[in-house]
Amino acid sequence: MSNEDKFDVIIVGAGPAGSACAYTLAKAGKNVLVIERGDTPGCKNVTGGRLYTYALEMLEQGLFEEAALERRVTHEEIMIISGDRAVTIDFNQPGFNPDSGAPMSFTVLRAVFDEWLAAKAEEMGAIVACGIKVDQLIEQNGKIVGVIAGEDEMYADIVIAADGVNSFMAQQAGLIQDIVAKTVGVGVKEVIELPAKTIEERFNLKAGEGAARMILGCTEGIHGGGFLYTNKDSISLGCVFMPGEAAQHKKSVHEIFQDLKLHPAILPLIDGGETVEYSAHLVSEAGYRGIHPRLYREGFLMIGDAAGFVINTGYSIRGIDLAIVSGIAAARAVIAHGDNLAAVGPNYMQELIHLKLIPTMKAADGYFDILETPWIYDKLPNLANDVFNNLFTVNGEVPQRMKDTVMGAIKANGLSLWQLLKLGIKGVKSL
Amino acid sequence: MSIERLTPPELLSKNKFNVDEEEPHIIIDKAICARCVEKPCLYVCPAVLYKLDKNGEMSFDYAGCLECGTCRVMCKNKGIVKWVYPRGTFGVIYRQG
Repeated sequence: MSNEDKFDVIIVGAGPAGSACAYTLAKAGKNVLVIERGDTPGCKNVTGGRLYTYALEMLEQGLFEEAALERRVTHEEIMIISGDRAVTIDFNQPGFNPDSGAPMSFTVLRAVFDEWLAAKAEEMGAIVACGIKVDQLIEQNGKIVGVIAGEDEMYADIVIAADGVNSFMAQQAGLIQDIVAKTVGVGVKEVIELPAKTIEERFNLKAGEGAARMILGCTEGIHGGGFLYTNKDSISLGCVFMPGEAAQHKKSVHEIFQDLKLHPAILPLIDGGETVEYSAHLVSEAGYRGIHPRLYREGFLMIGDAAGFVINTGYSIRGIDLAIVSGIAAARAVIAHGDNLAAVGPNYMQELIHLKLIPTMKAADGYFDILETPWIYDKLPNLANDVFNNLFTVNGEVPQRMKDTVMGAIKANGLSLWQLLKLGIKGVKSL
Repeated sequence: MSIERLTPPELLSKNKFNVDEEEPHIIIDKAICARCVEKPCLYVCPAVLYKLDKNGEMSFDYAGCLECGTCRVMCKNKGIVKWVYPRGTFGVIYRQG
């Protein structure tokens, strides 16, 4: 093996985790190779989605200003659908981080963003090799020492798996098993092009401002939900389903998603637009419990989706920011302990705590139980719409008392006040 | 343009693919699929690439695969005998993501 073929670090995958890691390592003078199976970074990747900028700030202050981002999120919306009705809550705020004054989050499209971030890593001196799929890890004396791609063998002190939710690398390293269906959701998405001005009018946005909407009740009772993000010149509309429940429901996820698209409260937002892409991706849904128990072995680390770093609270979803933070954490561990390989893994875990990633995921753990409650995907949305329906019904009859309206709606939906109270108590206790 | 319900082939026609004509990245064993009662792949594949033909036999075309991996997770009777990512540069090429 010649010196040319030996790197300090090989990173598999040029998504946000891999590129953030490469950026940090290269900046510190490390010899880094990033291997990406797509023709360009990002061309295999899908998000809802949005990016919280604190993670980019952690990578390099002010980096967000030149980042390939879409719209600064100023409208946080929750939509609850039932039949042809919908209740929508729209929280409007300036969208800036109170401490730094930086914008809090942007909507994002991955093909452009990931390519931009990988180019930043290249500027720092990392080598990004695209169009190459890593087939195998190379193991010697119980340590991971490199990768095989086709005919080529490449060696490094550390191999970092940033190859996403279906991490073949981590599986090969023996750190994860087959994915359990209950721990992932399948997301489908259409990107629908519309003029910027039309988007701004329909969502009450000023130029450059954006909306992020979570949608409950659009999955025919299947554990999951919809999402809508306004990009510069397009709208990302999608839906996530627990695949096990979708299979039992015996209706294609494609079909349920098309129903959402044509819902009377959604269609006017996208009408006149043109679908330019249909994408799908798995997303880890288990949160803190979904973090793989072992994220390293000697010569090997897992970051981003490969490690299971996703938070779903039901009202917001985080993944890209956690991917970037984990990439930084891995890079810092390598920079600090590159001469003592056995120390890199444990130090990576400490960095994940130090950079608040693990504590943040732990704090959101309670949401998992709430989102496991089956009736929040059908009966609860129906109840909410029934209550509003009664509230706004004027038909010349003597209106029901509010209390009777609510109690009647609870009963009509096959729920009890006790069930709702229990969910509320669970919410207060666990969050 | 107006928004309408789109079939899976219509949706896939919006995407860019570089299909690997030489090497399919997913292979199914139809005999195993025939014995599978639940057939979750029929419902969970976002591109609806798993279909029953008129003889009730499983048919699958890897060309429109979006590479999400849902079928791999859901295939419990192991009718999917091979599931890997397409070779480098091949497969779906997202331009939006």
